[in-house]
Amino acid sequence: MKDFKIITVDQVGIGDRVSRITKRSVKKEAKIHGLKMALNMIDLTTLEGADTVNKVKQLCYKGMHLHDSYEDLPTVAAICVYPNFVGLAKEQLKGSGINVASVATAFPSGNSSLEVKITDTKMAIDAGADEVDMVISRGKFHQGEHNYVFDEIAKIKEVCGKHARLKTILETGELGSLDNVRRASDIAMHAGSDFIKTSTGKISPAATLPVTLVMLEAIKDYYYETGIQVGMKPAGGISIAKLALQYLMLVKETLGDKWLTNQWFRFGASSLANDVLMQLEKQRTGNYQSKDYFSKD
Amino acid sequence: MNRIEVLKTYKMYIGGKFPRTESGRYFTLKNTKGEEIANMCTGSRKDFRNAVVAARKAFEPWANKTAYNRSQILYRIAEMLEGRKAQFIDELMQMGSTKKQAENEVFTSIDRLIYYAGWADKYQQISSSVNPVSGAFFNFSVQEPTGVVSVIAPEENGLIGLVSTIAPIIVSGNTCIVLASESKALCSISFAEVINSSDVPGGVINILTGNAEELIPHFSTHMDVNSMLYCGNDKKAMKSIKENSTTNLKRIVVKSDINWMKNDNESPYFITKFTEVKTTWHPIEKIGASGSGY
Repeated sequence: MKDFKIITVDQVGIGDRVSRITKRSVKKEAKIHGLKMALNMIDLTTLEGADTVNKVKQLCYKGMHLHDSYEDLPTVAAICVYPNFVGLAKEQLKGSGINVASVATAFPSGNSSLEVKITDTKMAIDAGADEVDMVISRGKFHQGEHNYVFDEIAKIKEVCGKHARLKTILETGELGSLDNVRRASDIAMHAGSDFIKTSTGKISPAATLPVTLVMLEAIKDYYYETGIQVGMKPAGGISIAKLALQYLMLVKETLGDKWLTNQWFRFGASSLANDVLMQLEKQRTGNYQSKDYFSKD
Repeated sequence: MNRIEVLKTYKMYIGGKFPRTESGRYFTLKNTKGEEIANMCTGSRKDFRNAVVAARKAFEPWANKTAYNRSQILYRIAEMLEGRKAQFIDELMQMGSTKKQAENEVFTSIDRLIYYAGWADKYQQISSSVNPVSGAFFNFSVQEPTGVVSVIAPEENGLIGLVSTIAPIIVSGNTCIVLASESKALCSISFAEVINSSDVPGGVINILTGNAEELIPHFSTHMDVNSMLYCGNDKKAMKSIKENSTTNLKRIVVKSDINWMKNDNESPYFITKFTEVKTTWHPIEKIGASGSGY
């Protein structure tokens, strides 16, 4: 592992900055703009044991046709599925410009051998995945085997090569402290991740604003240090539009406009899209909306 | 003993909690002598929106409770109200009632809760039917709750107006958001405290205080509200409510010029105003020697 500085986090300071963000409100045109931007950054996700071919087809359709009665609506950024559904999703999304992201490396626990993880990743890439979401080995991280975690990410990055962008899931809900989040972020970026991602969505707490801010700060420092731009993806637990806008404010203020595109920022979510759509309809019609009038998946 | 009286902060009742209005606004209630008695929250559209979210969330579990259990819970509200009747009599008197009027209103309110508690597992029996059809089907129609109901409570009465509108709406399994009387708002929040200690799940009843004119457009346009009850005489408001309701075909019920103290104004038909008829076709086979169909 390359040598890099170990940086500690001012937990109180982070909490304070986040609480200031949550007290702000975004209205009117800025809100509509932000909501559309958020829609376009969603990785529409289904990662259930009970996923079926039709569920994935339905999700792909939803990604392409979010709410047809609303003109000029963007599509989502990507559809995120398990590796065995990548081929299907790729076929469904043909020509839509929407990427297919696949989780890999023994998602969600990451408890398997490196060989299995490599095979898992190859399977997703061979099926056509544009993006791979890997999980780090949290157990190894806690045992202090940071080199192992680093090497593993580097190895998966090598497998991804030019075929797919690598998002590294830190599973911050299992890391214990913001110091650990910062360290894991640094390890993931130095090992070559294109994105760092908070959570699998299987563990509570999933993404939170403070954790995201710590990771954004890590991205900023890494960018100043190396000139390499790394993306950010909070995932899990972001299901209302207001919260999504707060995340966007955090990104804008920490990293700036350069990150405010779906090339560099994503939301991992399943139900966020509908809430954003409901808010957009509220802005358009003036009436508060009901879930009854929006597709479920 | 000389002491400073501890006055109650009147907040609102949303989702089983007592939040202040998000708008930070308030209005001052005065007694008949013109003295200030309390500051009440002026609820905003966002408070209403939050209340609808709470009511929607509470709807399914509440509707799925047994009628018998809903009956028990309504009875429980009456029990709690009985125990705190002195407070309500006092509050009604502060808002201008005589002692006798206040007592009468509180006692009628308690009795009305008992009345509707009794109907919980019975109204369906008189309003549902088995329908004759041609063919081997058992065909029956039953009443089901409409969903989330928004209510503009009567302006004239503080307590009986709330009880007479809330009880028949929730007894069938609906959840509601009620805007209490603006001029007699004092006991609405005390009534919320009674509800809160009566096994009523949070979100089933939500009580806001504030200005009807300001909130009626939102009460009537919100797409996640299935039905609306308007108690009042404002023709302009009625027209706008009916127009707004077309956005999602809300069922609108209007009650004008009602003396809520009279027992004529409690009825199982008030319950079925807020229910929908579901008709089911069921295939049958001949059973037993009698050849009975079901």
